[in-house]
Amino acid sequence: MSRRLIVFAPLIALLAAALMPLLLPAYQVTVITYVMIAAVACIGLVLMTGIVGMVSFGHAAFVGLGAYVSGYLSAQLGLSPWFGLAGAIVAAGVAAALIGAITVRMSGHYLALSTLCFGISFYFLVGNSELLGRFNGLTGIPPVSIGGVELRGERQTYYLALVALALVMAWCRQLLDSRTGRILRSLRTGPVIAETFGADARRYRLLAFILAAVIGGIAGWLYAHVQHFLNPTPFGLNASIDYLFMTVIGGSGQLWGALLGAGLVAIIKHELQDVLKLVFGPTTRLEMLFFAAIMIIVLQKARKGLWPYLAQKLMPQAATTASVDAAVLPHPRVKPEHGLTVLSASHLQRTFGGVVAVDDVSFDVKSGEIVGILGPNGAGKTTLFNLISGALLRSKGELSFLGQPLSRVSARDMCLRGMSRTFQHAALVPDMTALENVAIGATHLGRCGWVANSFRFDRMEERQLLGWAQHLLERVGLADKANELAGNLSLGHQRILEIARALAADPVLLLLDEPAAGLRVNEKAVLADLLNSLRTEGLAIILVEHDMDFVFRLADRLMVMNFGRRIAFGRPDEVRADGEVQEAYLGVAA
Amino acid sequence: MTTDIALILLQDGIVSGAVYVLLATVLVLVFSVTRVIFVPQGDLVAFTALTLSAFETGNVPGTVWLLGFGAAAALLLELREAAAQRDRGRIIRSLLQFGAFPALIALVAVFLVPKTAPLPWKMAMSCALITCLGPIIYRIVFQPLVASSPLVLLIAAVATHLGLNSIGLHLFGPEGVRTEGFSGQPFSIFGMIVTQQAAGIIASSGMVVVGLYLFFRLSLRGRALLATAYNRRGAEIVGISTEAVGRTVFIMAGLAAAISGLLIGPTTTLYYDSGFMLGLKGFVGAIVGGMAVYPLAAAGALLVGAVEAFASFWASAYRDVIVFLLIIPVLFWRSVSSLSAEDGLE
Repeated sequence: MSRRLIVFAPLIALLAAALMPLLLPAYQVTVITYVMIAAVACIGLVLMTGIVGMVSFGHAAFVGLGAYVSGYLSAQLGLSPWFGLAGAIVAAGVAAALIGAITVRMSGHYLALSTLCFGISFYFLVGNSELLGRFNGLTGIPPVSIGGVELRGERQTYYLALVALALVMAWCRQLLDSRTGRILRSLRTGPVIAETFGADARRYRLLAFILAAVIGGIAGWLYAHVQHFLNPTPFGLNASIDYLFMTVIGGSGQLWGALLGAGLVAIIKHELQDVLKLVFGPTTRLEMLFFAAIMIIVLQKARKGLWPYLAQKLMPQAATTASVDAAVLPHPRVKPEHGLTVLSASHLQRTFGGVVAVDDVSFDVKSGEIVGILGPNGAGKTTLFNLISGALLRSKGELSFLGQPLSRVSARDMCLRGMSRTFQHAALVPDMTALENVAIGATHLGRCGWVANSFRFDRMEERQLLGWAQHLLERVGLADKANELAGNLSLGHQRILEIARALAADPVLLLLDEPAAGLRVNEKAVLADLLNSLRTEGLAIILVEHDMDFVFRLADRLMVMNFGRRIAFGRPDEVRADGEVQEAYLGVAA
Repeated sequence: MTTDIALILLQDGIVSGAVYVLLATVLVLVFSVTRVIFVPQGDLVAFTALTLSAFETGNVPGTVWLLGFGAAAALLLELREAAAQRDRGRIIRSLLQFGAFPALIALVAVFLVPKTAPLPWKMAMSCALITCLGPIIYRIVFQPLVASSPLVLLIAAVATHLGLNSIGLHLFGPEGVRTEGFSGQPFSIFGMIVTQQAAGIIASSGMVVVGLYLFFRLSLRGRALLATAYNRRGAEIVGISTEAVGRTVFIMAGLAAAISGLLIGPTTTLYYDSGFMLGLKGFVGAIVGGMAVYPLAAAGALLVGAVEAFASFWASAYRDVIVFLLIIPVLFWRSVSSLSAEDGLE
């Protein structure tokens, strides 16, 4: 399949969908309309569950909230359904903001369980509310009208749902392909990447929660004005589970998975019900057993769902990202003069219970200098690293950065001040391209928020950020890998990619945690050249490394640690001659 | 509200709380050992009552079918794996565990439980049928997911619940049942009228919990479970089989569900889908204990029972809403106080 065809595939699909009502009988058209409404709801869930990694068992509650708000406003108060849409969006957004403020702090299954609880509660609240017709429901909801034309027939509501689906889809695609989107997509791996590069992970989780709810609310609005009648059943726990099944079966990591899942589940369910009713009588719900089985098999065998599988079959070389022109930052951070102290630490201490992991360590690093930290395993190097980078709080001691004392450091704060780091175990987002991963590093250099991101007001900035990322990829020698998924790169390349990402934050101080581990000899030479040229540009670099040759050749000064204490600090030749160091490494005094 | 009513409500609360204690204890146990939040626990509770009721009316309970098909599926999976490993011992073991044993129980249930049989025999057979389902569910659903995050296991557990739910309707029909219980004259303690059923529930639940405690303290199996709960990898390294431990835990879960079902059956009408709510309430109790601390979980479960009893007096329609909204502040507190590692979808 040609590349051009892939680029236009969504448009072709849209066109095909637009022609469908002209060919199909009315009944089929109605079925597809409901599938599309479910797909809209599922897109919200993909955003929250698949992209950001927060599982929701209460999504149907937000769909129901949107439906009931709009239904009530239009049926009981006689307002236009368009007011209803605004009401649905606001209600879902506000409710999600309130619930999310409490729940998005929770991790993993705790969050999933609390969504389960509010999902159930919504069902009972609505079912017992006199205002909303209790379990009997709300009737007489008017259709949506455009320019005086009421969209009442099957084909008209079909187009309404299609347009809504296309808009929501386009909007989400746009959002995910932006500065905000890159952070959102990084969150599934945990909050560390976002926090390290200056983004408030919790705020972004909340954003995803609210956006998912709003999209659910829009789906509910569609449902209310297509169905003209509401009762609590389609918004209960089972509906939430259905949505979750649709997304997981379709492929929760991709927006298209929502479409595939909603379509597959709804259509199979429908057909299956017809068959099972013939065999087992009209009240059977055995089709749910079938779906439970599919769900369990998907979880066991194909955790990513069907879409990635299908996509690979259909378009194996679908690198649709256009190449980006390299660009440098228009206003890079002003580097401190050569030789100015960038970071100084005095008498740092960190205890874990009774264990003193870092004990009374003092050192400093100047701009245009590489300081190497050496030490046997368990010497406290990583703890020291975490104290500096803000991942851990220190028990005692002082830190200052560019002359300013740091009272309480957080990773996010350190990024904004000009410190950037790599991780001992490469922490990349495996299903994002190398270029996008590097661009995460530049997050705090952008100004456009999610609104600008989702409506394409950010094109200038986006070109700049991606151009800067491309420039850095060229600089570290990975330009030809720009459009490859980070997870497909070799371990060595992943480490180099991390350095490019750290540089993307335009730092003053670079912390490298064992950058040469896993590199081949020639790759190490290239890395050494890179670090040398960064030093010449005035960057301060702290290097934790096990490869002695590498460190001794590169570092201007070396600090050696053992049992949490600094045992030597000075020029490499001084350190090499130090008796205590030799004892720590060779076990004997020379 | 008078003191009398308050006392009656409190008693109600403690009685249903006692069943939740049992559920909560087992949920904590299953979670701490296998990281599975065993949502289908409640379904098994309801199925027990339905099974017993089928025995009481002289019918063959649908559970027999469930056991038959489930055991067959588990046996197939196990045999396929064993055949791939060319492990003859495992083939024989699986034929016994998932073939002969469930077949025996099913046959006894079909042929040896006449309508006239004494109640304890019917109860024992209901217990046996349901208990067998525990390890079968583990084998089919959770054993292949053994290394997954709690989140994936939770989704699988919910899927299992849904599957059981849909079979439940098919096997037991939409009618509710109320089973026979401990009969006899109510008696009075400190001026409170206590039915024998209530006393029986509290006593049985207490006995099971104490039994579990002794099991953990005294038996090697119990210690293996504790070791696994404490540190999975460590337990594996010292030679404790995760699979065997998982199976044991699910047998215990099945048994506890069955006992809960027998206890709660006479006090309320149970439908094929009533179990989910019961399970969730046990669960709210378990969560209060942070899914780890047994006495706290038990206290939480009693609290849930009491809240439910009082809520149904004041705002009966919103009873469940109140119980479930109770969990959110607790969850919040737990998640803030325990800085557990993030678990993603993968």
